[in-house]
Amino acid sequence: MTDLMDRQDAPERSAPTVVIDRNAPRPLLTQSRRALGGLRRDDLLTIGGAAVSAVCTALLLFGRVAPAAGAFGFVLVAYGLFVITYALLVWLRDERPAVVDKVMAVLLGSAAVVAFVALFSVIFFTLWRGRAALGYANLYYRDMSEALPTDPLSAGGIGHAILGTLIMISLAIVLTVPLGLTCAVFLNETGSRAAGIVRTIVDAMTALPSILAGLFIFATWILILGFERSGLAAAISISIMMLPIIIRSADVVLRLVPGNLREASAALGAPQWRSVRHVVLPTARSGLATAVILGVARGLGETAPILLTAGFTATYNTNPLNGPMVSLPLATFDFVQSPQPALIARGFATGAVLMVVVLILFAIARFIGGRPAGSVSKRQARRLAARSARDVQRFDERHMEAS
Amino acid sequence: MTMVYAAPAADLPAPTPRQLAAPAGVGDKIFTRVTLLTGLIVLGVMAAVGLFLSIEASQALRSTGTSFLTTSEWFPDRNQFGIAAVLTGTVAIAVVAVGIALPLSMGTALFITQVAPPKLRSTLVSLVDLMAAVPSVLYGLWGLFFFQGQVIGVSRWISTWFSWIPIFRVTGAEPGSPLSNQTVFTASAFIAGVVVSLMVMPIQCSIMREVFSQVPIGEREGAYALGATRWGMIRIVALPFGRGGIIGGTMLGLGRALGETIAVLLIISPRFDINFHILEAGGNSVSTLIALRYKEATGFGLSALMAAGLALFALTLVVNFTASAFVARSRSGASSEA
Repeated sequence: MTDLMDRQDAPERSAPTVVIDRNAPRPLLTQSRRALGGLRRDDLLTIGGAAVSAVCTALLLFGRVAPAAGAFGFVLVAYGLFVITYALLVWLRDERPAVVDKVMAVLLGSAAVVAFVALFSVIFFTLWRGRAALGYANLYYRDMSEALPTDPLSAGGIGHAILGTLIMISLAIVLTVPLGLTCAVFLNETGSRAAGIVRTIVDAMTALPSILAGLFIFATWILILGFERSGLAAAISISIMMLPIIIRSADVVLRLVPGNLREASAALGAPQWRSVRHVVLPTARSGLATAVILGVARGLGETAPILLTAGFTATYNTNPLNGPMVSLPLATFDFVQSPQPALIARGFATGAVLMVVVLILFAIARFIGGRPAGSVSKRQARRLAARSARDVQRFDERHMEAS
Repeated sequence: MTMVYAAPAADLPAPTPRQLAAPAGVGDKIFTRVTLLTGLIVLGVMAAVGLFLSIEASQALRSTGTSFLTTSEWFPDRNQFGIAAVLTGTVAIAVVAVGIALPLSMGTALFITQVAPPKLRSTLVSLVDLMAAVPSVLYGLWGLFFFQGQVIGVSRWISTWFSWIPIFRVTGAEPGSPLSNQTVFTASAFIAGVVVSLMVMPIQCSIMREVFSQVPIGEREGAYALGATRWGMIRIVALPFGRGGIIGGTMLGLGRALGETIAVLLIISPRFDINFHILEAGGNSVSTLIALRYKEATGFGLSALMAAGLALFALTLVVNFTASAFVARSRSGASSEA
């Protein structure tokens, strides 16, 4: 403020001095805080106006420039017009850099909108087309052994596919999680020069197209070793896909564990395995859980390797060692290739069930993984405090015995 | 930090360096061995996949030689097969996918890191991750039953107005005739590519977002202080900083797009000739070929499929390693506070 007044005084030194009465009420110089970002009403009106004008122009033009290009074409034309109109509106008032800035902000935002519209469109389309079949309770526990392709939705179900998916993914978890996490520990904690080679190979394997994992198991396990197609073969093939994903993300998480925690543990005299068991792994627990869950979500959705290795069946099969087994994605794929509307509806319902399972897993992963490494919930904090109090008591007792 | 004291008395023994490493206990020995063993098992399994594919494929490769790369038919029983058609088909689909996914993912990544209000950011990040977690068969369903019907009009429009560009030419399309057959536009590499782009986009986006979020705050504020607009800051600071991440992320997405099976299998109708007209019905990809032919394949036929798979794997491997080299060499992660 003073700066401002000085400057006003500065040019004319000889000006007559103005005496300000100290007791006179001062002029109010309150300033409201300027908003630096965000959208003003003006911006919203410009965007809205441009959108309305674009839609109207598109309606007008549509029959001529893009005849019969469908709803999608209409959206494209309207969008192009919207960007042009918006640029023109902004250009009426602003300088060139500001015009470019605003138009680019709208373009970046619309990229995000397109992506999320596509995502929700995939989710809702699946639920919508499957809604008829999802309402029948028999969908969830019956199998397709007695249902003809032409049967209505009240017959048959996908219980066998749900069970098959559960068996396959459990087997795959049993195979990959201990192996993957131990390998990540190897890469970060105990690894020597060999760790570099293993890391490179694991990185390379994330590039393996999933169908090749299936082809590998098909050629070795089924053709050379002579086993039949089974749930186990499918579980092994999805394990080959999941293993590099789990190792890679667990590796990243373990690398984030602060080194001074390891050093503190070593300085207290803990052998390395105890440091890993009691310090490194608990610190990274939430990140490791996320790594596993994301790997599992990926494994659940794999269709291509299962197509080659699991075979196809319409009945319940609880034995993963024997006989073909079907999973949710494979059942979806199979159902929708049929021309029967009832089967296609079942296919969408199967896809919807699969998606709900993946969404739940994903939500759990977000919930666990949202916290940074080392942070604890209230309950965990209470438990830790209690354990620490017990330790204090134990030390005190020992002191008493010693003295 | 060593401290130097006055010279020690002569009769003391000369100091020897202390042994710093304690001898590993039994527990540690077991621990080290077990983890090493796990690492070697993983290495063995992964190497076995690659080696097995190469060995199995070599039989087919030896019998065809270089014509494997130039033949477009697939008749292993007549010893007349090659990947000219399927590999170009794969590449065509992947290029369409990346061409669509690149602007989308770059825009989304920039929007999330630089434009969106901070409160929204974590939600948007979750949505992108969710997009990556949706099973590919669902994208395939969406593409086959919903998107194809919507996009045919656009295919037709492009082929009507831009058929002078060779890749947009469609044989059998009759521009001008409103009753012309729609089916010449269905099941094309373009439609498959658009659907694959949705699967590729979140992978690219998460890598780019990671890089853009590491743009040094000092440089960003420096640009603003010099009077840059937000887009000016993005163009001058964020994009050059994230160049490695953009290239690396794009190539990782390309690797994924090359290997996608089930969505392509659902949408495309297979054909065995080199077809660059991406809007035209029919196309092919290596993974589709394997999924379609593995069942009837005899021993030699399987070896031929392995050879095709190996070629695809070699391609994705090169793409992936180039990508990680770009990501590693980019400035991201290096501090630039100077």
